[in-house]
Amino acid sequence: MNIKAFWRDIRFLQILAQIVFILALVLTAGYLYANVTENLARQGLTVGYGFMKNPASFDISESYIPYEASDSYRRALEVGLVNTIVVTVVGILLTTVIGILAGVARLSSNLIIRQFAAAYVGVIRNTPLVIQLMFWYFGVALQLPAVREAIELPGPTYLTQRGIYIPWAEATETFPAWRTYIILAILSIFIIAFVLQLARKRSSLPLSPWWNLLYFFIPVFIIWLGAAIQPAPPLNQIIPELAGLNFKGGFRLTPEFAALLFGLVLYTGAFIAEIVRAGIQAVAKGQVEAARSLGLSTSQTLRLIVFPQALRIMIPPVTSQYLNLAKNSSLAIAIGYPDLFSIAGTVFNQTGAAIEIIVVMMLSYLSLSLFTSLLMNIYNNRIQLVER
Amino acid sequence: MAALEMKPPITTVGPLAWLRKNLFSNWCNALLTILAIWILYSLITPAVAWSRTEARWGVIEANLTLFMVGQYPRDQVWRVWLTIYLLAGLLGLSWGVWKNAARGFAFIALGAGAGFALVSLFFKWDVWTQWVIADAILLIFYLIGSRLPRGASFAALGWLLYFPAVFLLVAGSGRIASLPPVEMSAWGGLLLTLLLTIVGNFGSLPLGVLLALGRRSKLPLIKYFCIGYIELIRGVPLVTVLYMADILLPLFLSVDVRPDRVIRAMVGFILFEAAYQAENVRGGLQSINRGQYEAAHALGLNGTLTTIFIILPQALRAVIPALFNSFISLFKDTSLVAIIGLFDVLRVSRTILAQSEWLGTHREVFLFAFFIYWGFNLAFTYGSRRVEEALGVSKR
Repeated sequence: MNIKAFWRDIRFLQILAQIVFILALVLTAGYLYANVTENLARQGLTVGYGFMKNPASFDISESYIPYEASDSYRRALEVGLVNTIVVTVVGILLTTVIGILAGVARLSSNLIIRQFAAAYVGVIRNTPLVIQLMFWYFGVALQLPAVREAIELPGPTYLTQRGIYIPWAEATETFPAWRTYIILAILSIFIIAFVLQLARKRSSLPLSPWWNLLYFFIPVFIIWLGAAIQPAPPLNQIIPELAGLNFKGGFRLTPEFAALLFGLVLYTGAFIAEIVRAGIQAVAKGQVEAARSLGLSTSQTLRLIVFPQALRIMIPPVTSQYLNLAKNSSLAIAIGYPDLFSIAGTVFNQTGAAIEIIVVMMLSYLSLSLFTSLLMNIYNNRIQLVER
Repeated sequence: MAALEMKPPITTVGPLAWLRKNLFSNWCNALLTILAIWILYSLITPAVAWSRTEARWGVIEANLTLFMVGQYPRDQVWRVWLTIYLLAGLLGLSWGVWKNAARGFAFIALGAGAGFALVSLFFKWDVWTQWVIADAILLIFYLIGSRLPRGASFAALGWLLYFPAVFLLVAGSGRIASLPPVEMSAWGGLLLTLLLTIVGNFGSLPLGVLLALGRRSKLPLIKYFCIGYIELIRGVPLVTVLYMADILLPLFLSVDVRPDRVIRAMVGFILFEAAYQAENVRGGLQSINRGQYEAAHALGLNGTLTTIFIILPQALRAVIPALFNSFISLFKDTSLVAIIGLFDVLRVSRTILAQSEWLGTHREVFLFAFFIYWGFNLAFTYGSRRVEEALGVSKR
């Protein structure tokens, strides 16, 4: 074997490069590890998740799962995670609506609407989210009138310093029975879809579109049957009312939650608006012309021709905006909404368990991100063009 | 004949036709117009009324220096002015040398300088002279730059030396008597925000390029390490990375090294931004035609040389718009350092709000902070668009 060929062999060099890389990585990691152990030893700390069972002994201002100060740190972190998920999910739903509206408005033939949308997008995208959140919280939410002079909006919704009161629904005793009917109705839709698809495969002739009416009538029939058995409504509307010094009934959005949600939705909506605008503009003009020459109306063209095609372009960037919203919800700490990051910060301050907390935090956000992008990827694959 | 009975067409030009076309083209649009005007009116009138009567704008004037430089020693502020003069000179030089490409930024700087000078004159602040000097320096260096032989090398060298020079000027040094060291904890305001932005962006670029190359590498170990790093960082919020840098960095370093908080934040930004820069650069790498690799190999260049001299210059040029975008987004993101306790524009705003005579001026202060970011981003977007146009990278 020729020695020269040995170190000129590309395969050998590749393996060598990887070995060197791993060696460097291991050495760095070892150096860091040695430092960490020494630093921890000096501070008298140990690494481990034992502290998670200790009582947290701090209060959390809002929580969607039962929590008391005597619960464990682990429970406190769960409360934070649930709070993060709630604001993320509600935020994603609302921001999609705002984004699509603003994106379409930017293409409106109406000058005022167009300019208004452009100004919204321009200002929101060019200023930091944290400052926007602080403005909405300190500058708006906390400056709302006191409970006595609440601003009333149709609904009735009341805007006050102590939060926003919206009408809410309450389950009555017939709720469980109704839940069964609704589940049955939804199931029936899937069964109809399955049966019709089977029928389509069997017959050589296309099925009459009238069969699609089944999708409407069978679920309605099930609900109607349910109503005949259990006439009492499953939900009672409860309307906020002024009672003494506070509102009773309804659902209270805390100022922190309201400001965070409003800020996140407005911020992400501006980015989604740009994506929607670009997506619509990317649909070839010939498509619109062809649709018009087939006699479709403007709204039909938009709904049936432009939007489905624009959607394909829009989904990947919109996904990353959803992920941004989830990640940006960590800025809640600036206005005191008890999300995962803020509670993790409190837990760290009490226990000093820096490494453990950061690992928990990063893994939670990472799985939230991965889960969202998984869902969006499934959706994306469904709507992608199927090429022959 | 029907044609003879047709009335003359309604005007297609003039203000009435314009209104018709843009605002009242059909009943739906007319309704929208009226609704929009009503909403705008009901939003704007209280806002204007508030800003003219209730708002206490004095809070801005009283704290302007705090907004700009934080707790930087007041007798050393001339050092910050010096960095502005240097920037003006370099911009002027670049404008003279590269003409079109640097013109946007030079115009912005000229306009901003003139605008600040006028505002200062109006409010009788004595800093107007500094802004006039900055503009004068810019113009003088423009004249020098357009006549200087080999000006391009001078300008490039100038930019390369500028950032270390700024760091030296702002931080000071124990060895130079006229530049006493200034504690990093005293850095603040817009000064800190801009320093973090610049360090975060330029510091992360080399790491980002390495990660992007690593991600496209054929060696599995390197490739998967890079993918793992990029996806991990992109999956977590910036604030957790900053928090990690703030808390864990001292733990990971040896016992006698205790970096300042500003340095820790800078490390956090670099680690975070590198993942995003890597994805930007990867986009550029993917846009390179295979023929370029083949041609380079045919010329006898090996892999490393091909990457350095053929691929990277083209790839980086192709991603200039993306790099400008991340500059802007990082500029906005620096406001998160307020959460870990650094005195950037946002944190300074909060300390102002804690001053007893300015309690309850949240709207004024946050609106001003908005205005700083918004104005800067607008100016930067304008300048960067001119650069992209001059280089022809925005459309291809």
